[in-house]
Amino acid sequence: MAVAPVVPDRHPPAFARRGWYRRNEIALTPWLFLAPGVLFFTVYVVLPIFQSFGISLYRWDGLGEATYIGLANYRELTTDRAFEISLWNNLRWLVLYLLAIPLGLGIALFLNQTVTGIRLYKSLFFFPFVISQVVVGLVFSWFYLPNAGLLNLILGWFGVSLNVLGDPDLATYGIIVAGLWPQTAYCMILYLTGLNAVDPEQVEAARLDGAKGWKMLWYVIVPQLRPATFIAFVVTIIGALRSFDLISIMTNGGPFGSTRVLSFYMYEKALAEFGFRMGYGAAIAVILFLIMLCFIAYFLWSIWREERGGRG
Amino acid sequence: MFPTPIQKRSPAAQIAYQSMLPLALLLWLLPLLAVMAFSARPDADFTTGNYWGWPSSFEGVANYTLVFTSEMPRYLLNSFLITIPTVIGTIALSCMTGFALGIYRFRGNILIFFMFIAGNFVPFQILMVPVRDLTIDLNLYDTRAGLILFHIAFQTGFCTLFMRNFIRQLPFPLIEAARVEGVAEWRIFVYVVLPLMKPAIAALSVLVFTFIWNDYFWAIVLTQGPDTQPVTAGITSFNSQFRAAYHLMSAGSIVAALPPVAMFFLMQRHFIAGLTLGAVK
Repeated sequence: MAVAPVVPDRHPPAFARRGWYRRNEIALTPWLFLAPGVLFFTVYVVLPIFQSFGISLYRWDGLGEATYIGLANYRELTTDRAFEISLWNNLRWLVLYLLAIPLGLGIALFLNQTVTGIRLYKSLFFFPFVISQVVVGLVFSWFYLPNAGLLNLILGWFGVSLNVLGDPDLATYGIIVAGLWPQTAYCMILYLTGLNAVDPEQVEAARLDGAKGWKMLWYVIVPQLRPATFIAFVVTIIGALRSFDLISIMTNGGPFGSTRVLSFYMYEKALAEFGFRMGYGAAIAVILFLIMLCFIAYFLWSIWREERGGRG
Repeated sequence: MFPTPIQKRSPAAQIAYQSMLPLALLLWLLPLLAVMAFSARPDADFTTGNYWGWPSSFEGVANYTLVFTSEMPRYLLNSFLITIPTVIGTIALSCMTGFALGIYRFRGNILIFFMFIAGNFVPFQILMVPVRDLTIDLNLYDTRAGLILFHIAFQTGFCTLFMRNFIRQLPFPLIEAARVEGVAEWRIFVYVVLPLMKPAIAALSVLVFTFIWNDYFWAIVLTQGPDTQPVTAGITSFNSQFRAAYHLMSAGSIVAALPPVAMFFLMQRHFIAGLTLGAVK
C-alpha cells in the first residue's frame, strides 16, 4: 500500500469541530496510543515485580492463607546449601557464557569473505540460534550419552570416556557448552553485520601504516565494532542469567543438585517437587532480580548516554 | 575489508580456505547431524548397540510417520494457535506504543520508554508467581489464551524498543507536512507512518514468532497437558512416552524445531535485520 493521499479536513466551520479533544490533540494522542500497551505491560510485568517482593515476605503454599514472616525466607537462604550452589553456578554461567563474544567474533572473521556459497555457510552457522533451547538441550544430551553419544565415540578413539552429564563436577560445564552453541551463533551474526559496516578507508589507511593481523584487529577493527559488542554483551548476560530450559531438559538440576542455578532452583521450590513454597521461591527470584538489576542499570545508563548524545 | 579478502592471498591459501569451510561447518553442526542420523535408524540398531555403524535399514519415513500419528500434531497445532495470535497482538500494541514514543515529545516519554526496556530484561522468575496467580484468577490457567495474553504483554517491551527506534529514523518532515494539512493524528498513524513501518513489522513478526515458538518456561508454568501445551513442553511428554527410543525422540525433536527454522530460511533478511538492530550505528 502506497502512502495514501493526505486528505485535508473539508469541514470549515471550525468552532463546531474544535472540541476539547481537537484542541489538545497533540498532547492527548500519545497517551491514547500508549494506553493499551502500557496497561498490558504494567499488569503482566511491572506490578508482578513488586508483588514478588511482597510475596517473598510470606509463607504461602499458593492456595491457602499466606502468613507474614518478615525476612525469614531470606534468613533461610543464607544457610541453604542448594542456594549457595545455585549462586556459584550462576557465576560460572555468567563468566563462561561471555566466551560466546570472542568465539562469535572469531567465526565472523572466518566467514567474512566473498567466496561462492558463503551466504549459505553464514546461514547454516547461524541456525543453531533459531532452534529452541529445548531441542538444543535434547541434541546435546544425546551427544553426551555415555554409550550411544557421538562425543564418546570420538573420545573413544583416544581411549577416553566421559559421562559429562552424570558427573557433578562436569555437568554444569557440559550444559554451558550446549548454551554457548546458539549464543555464539547470535554473537557471530552481530559481528558479521558490524564487520560489514567497518569503514574500508580506515582499514586501508591502517594497512598503509603497516598495521596487520592482531594489531589491526585490536586497534582498528574492534573499536569500530563497539555497538555490536555492546549488544552481544547485553544479550549474553541476559541469556546467562535466564538459563533455565537447558538445565531443565538436560539434567533437571542433577546430578545431586549440582547443576541448579537460581532461575531453576526458584522454579523447583515454588512449583516442582519440593511442594509449593511460593514465598521462598519469590525470595530466590528477588535475589536473581537484584543481580540482574545491576546489569539492567548499566545497560539503561549506556542507552541513556547514547540518547542524549544522539539528540545533540 | 577485514580480514584481507582471500582472493588476494596465495592460491594455496585459497584452496585451504575453501576446504576448511565445509569442514568447519561439519564440526559446528555435528551434534545436530548426529540427531538427524539417529532419526533415520530402525529400533533394532539401538537394542543391538549399533549406534554409529552403518544402519541395518533406513527407517526415516516410518519414524517420522510415527511421530505424526502420536500426540505431536496436537502440540504443533497448539504452538501455532499460541504463536500466531501473540505475533498479531504484539505487533498491534507495539506499533502504537512505538508511534507514541517515537513521534511525540512529552513529559515522561523517556521514562516510559525505559520502563519497556528494563521490563524486557527482567528474569522470568520474578514474574512467575504473580503471573501464575493472575492467570488462575482470570480463569485462564491451562488455556492458550492465558499464555497468549502474557506473551503479548512481555514481548511488547522488546517490540516497543524496536518500533520506537525505527520510527525515530523516519523523516519527521513527513509528519509535520501532514499536520500542516490538518490531518488528524490517528490518520497520520494509519496513513503516513504505518505504511512506512512494513520492514519493521516484517522483522518483528519473524522474531516474535521464533521467540514464542521456542518458549518453554511459560509453557510449563501456565499450561499442562496436550490440550493446551505447545510443542516445546509437549516434547518432554512425547519423550517420556518413547523413553530410550532414540530414533523416535530424534525425529520428534526435529519436527518440533522445524517451523522456526523454515521461518528463518524463508525470511532471512528480515530476521537478521531484526536481530542486529543497533549493531551498526
